[in-house]
Amino acid sequence: MKKRFLFISCEEAKHICDKSQYGESTFWERFKLSIRLSWCHVTKSYSSKNNKLTHSIKQAEVDCLKNDERNKLKQQFEKELAKHQ
Amino acid sequence: MANHQLNPNNWIDLYSDYLFNYTISRVNDRVVAQDLVSETFLAGLKSMGNFKGEASERTWLVSILKRKIIDHYRKINSKKGKAEVRMNYNSDSDTEGDWLEERVEDTFEKTAEAKLENSELGDAIYDCIAKLPAKQAEVFKMKTILGYDTETICNEMNITASNLWVLIHRARTALANCMEENWF
Repeated sequence: MKKRFLFISCEEAKHICDKSQYGESTFWERFKLSIRLSWCHVTKSYSSKNNKLTHSIKQAEVDCLKNDERNKLKQQFEKELAKHQ
Repeated sequence: MANHQLNPNNWIDLYSDYLFNYTISRVNDRVVAQDLVSETFLAGLKSMGNFKGEASERTWLVSILKRKIIDHYRKINSKKGKAEVRMNYNSDSDTEGDWLEERVEDTFEKTAEAKLENSELGDAIYDCIAKLPAKQAEVFKMKTILGYDTETICNEMNITASNLWVLIHRARTALANCMEENWF
């Protein structure tokens, strides 16, 4: 009973790992994940890649347009595009 | 040999974020970056006739953007007398004279090499994002790059929270594999 209580599936572990990248996992979820990480190589490998990706994105300081900015750009461009077609 | 073709109808969807990221890392101003990207698309539209098809559409647009960025800096630098160097000197007696040493050591300043590497890393990330299905890419960018909360994305994209996490999981898995092949 106790074992089941602490056991999480690989899919659930990956989901918690994803949420952790955005600081959205609870302490209890992270605890269960850490138990799984101690013995599951699949979860460990996924977690390592996931952390690496998060680190790279932070390091690169990538940016993108907000939706309203992109819509504004699109509107301006489509006006010009209509003149060319 | 002309292999590539231009399709301006897709430019905003396919390249606006890549070009914006390329620009903002070089001009550090969101509004200026948007203007330069907009000018790039318009210039691309006007000079479509010059496209030989030897480079990809994106490479061609980036080459126009590079010229726009250079022009932007030329314009700024030509405004002589408006340039100003801002330094705050400590004038209280205890720290007087220390200002030079304080400013010599600039450990937090990024080196040009690190900036270049980060910019290349950013390009590699965008190359991988470009390979994702449109919805995955959109949700991933909103969640990871723009930092929107789950509820906002769900409302904007009209999806449930569990759909969002499925999309995020697929995007992250594909991106991690792509980065593993191309960067790490």
